[in-house]
Amino acid sequence: MKEHDSGTRTYIVVWGALVMLTVVTVAVSYVHLGMMNVFVALLIASAKASLVALFFMHLRYENRLVWGFALAPLFFLVLIVVGTLSDTLFR
Amino acid sequence: MQETTWNGEPLKNGDPPRGYLEAKGFWAWAYTLDHKRIGVMYLYTTLFFFLAGGVFALLIRIKLMFPGQHIFTNQTYNVLFTMHGALMIFLFVIPAIPSGLGNFFIPLQIGARDVAFPRINLMSYWVFVAGIVVILFSLVRPMDTGWTFYTPYSARTAADVTTLSFGIFLIGMSSILTGLNFLVTIHKLRAPGMTWHRMPLFIWSMYATSIIQVLATPVVGITFLLLAMERVLGVGFFDPAKGGDPILFQHFFWFYSHPVVYVMILPAMGIISEIVPAFSRKPIFGYKAIAYSSMAIAVFGFFVWGHHMFVTGMSGTAAILFSLLTYSVAIPTAIKVFNWIATMYRGSITFESPMLYALTFIFLFVIGGLTGMYLGALGADIHVHDTYFIVAHFHYTMVGGTVMGLLAGLHYWFPKMTGRMLSEKMGRPAWLLIFIGFNVTFFTQFILGFEGMPRRYAEYPAQYQALNILSTVGSWILATGILIMFANFVRGLFRGALAPPNPWKALSLEWETGSPPATENFEEIPTVTDWPYGYAGRQT
Repeated sequence: MKEHDSGTRTYIVVWGALVMLTVVTVAVSYVHLGMMNVFVALLIASAKASLVALFFMHLRYENRLVWGFALAPLFFLVLIVVGTLSDTLFR
Repeated sequence: MQETTWNGEPLKNGDPPRGYLEAKGFWAWAYTLDHKRIGVMYLYTTLFFFLAGGVFALLIRIKLMFPGQHIFTNQTYNVLFTMHGALMIFLFVIPAIPSGLGNFFIPLQIGARDVAFPRINLMSYWVFVAGIVVILFSLVRPMDTGWTFYTPYSARTAADVTTLSFGIFLIGMSSILTGLNFLVTIHKLRAPGMTWHRMPLFIWSMYATSIIQVLATPVVGITFLLLAMERVLGVGFFDPAKGGDPILFQHFFWFYSHPVVYVMILPAMGIISEIVPAFSRKPIFGYKAIAYSSMAIAVFGFFVWGHHMFVTGMSGTAAILFSLLTYSVAIPTAIKVFNWIATMYRGSITFESPMLYALTFIFLFVIGGLTGMYLGALGADIHVHDTYFIVAHFHYTMVGGTVMGLLAGLHYWFPKMTGRMLSEKMGRPAWLLIFIGFNVTFFTQFILGFEGMPRRYAEYPAQYQALNILSTVGSWILATGILIMFANFVRGLFRGALAPPNPWKALSLEWETGSPPATENFEEIPTVTDWPYGYAGRQT
């Protein structure tokens, strides 16, 4: 995908991708993968969230300050998961 | 008071220019987009709950003068200490400085006409009020869980946990809106020439505070939603019988509620960083160290929540990890204290009320901070956990710290906000009573805690009675001081001497406009050429 050129077409392509990924999520849920089911579902959800943030929320075209504000909370998300796991995994 | 002119302008009917206070009436306040008015509304609201929470505290202390059931039932006691905690934390200590003084002084200190999003600012106030209304509804079946809402009890009690936590959810939303507004304001609206390293340190501390508000508050909001889903829909997030984990609640709760103690203390530290150089007539020592230590506290504050949970059955690995990490927060905090003291060294110190409260902050907060180190140490914590030692530590940091910082700020900025001076004759005895009363009330609680008196219980063994009586008498001294201080505020509002634009000869931008400031803050947006701490005092 190039710079800011595409407009409506980009949105339709991204929307198509989101619908596709939703279909994949539903399909995978019928395949028995054990713990991997959760992992795959989270992976697809993250990909969808990234698409929404990048294109629908225009993050792709923003400057580094906005990227910083967008990415910083992910660090704190990792922190709460890792910190809590340091308890539950070793209890 | 027979002046006929004020700052070169003729007085109308003998009154000084009223600045932003000119427009009167309910709607002129309720619909206002002026950050100063919104700040004042926040101050009135939060100070009201300071007094309400204080009355609860006095009742708790009266009950604790004697062991055994008397005056009111133990259940009433549980409700009283829950409401004392919840009101003081969520409706007073968290919002008072950021939403009150922060709203008023951030735009003034950075040379802006308002915050970045004035309508969101007004919305945050009314969401805050909506939260208060919901919290008042919960009093029909009042909460008795303590302000921490710990599961499994909070998931089972008949008290109205769902309503109260929804009220706090709204308060949290208001807090996020305020934090977001301040972040954008500080990034985008600084006056020409005001680089990051020319910002007043209060602005740095408010920036750090806002980061925590925006990042941490959603977590407690979600936690309360999960709790509500457990109570209303029976989903087993925290109930072990349904595969949940009650300790998970505490992880979520403290992931917000530990960083939020820095939402309480950082703005107070910012106020101290303003007052200490102004009343020592010396440039602040270690500007960058103080500024960056605010940011460090904001970030490190997220790494230490587990130290609230050492005795909950958390894994040993996590306990050791969190104990180690807890010490990291002490470093930036100590950096600030040393820099304030170095600022005062060989300064021309004067002891007006703002400085008295600022010095009290440093003195009491050091005690609060150092006892925090006892609690961060795993072994010591297991000994004193859930005793009055924690209560004393917490009050030394939050009252000795945040409230003293707030009172310092209120005395410092009262002339700017109201256009009138406070009386030093009333201010100093009030301060002395507050200082003595606070220490008598809470230092005894350190001793009680060390001797093993558990917190939260309505009853206690008779051996602890003497110190409990002392602590209660201390609370009366403290209350007397607070009442005199408020009397001074009321007197100052109506009869205080007229305030010049810069009564303290301080150098930050808010002192370059009128007292009180005009609605648009500055006639012309100032251009900044220097940092705000160029006091002429002796350089060391």
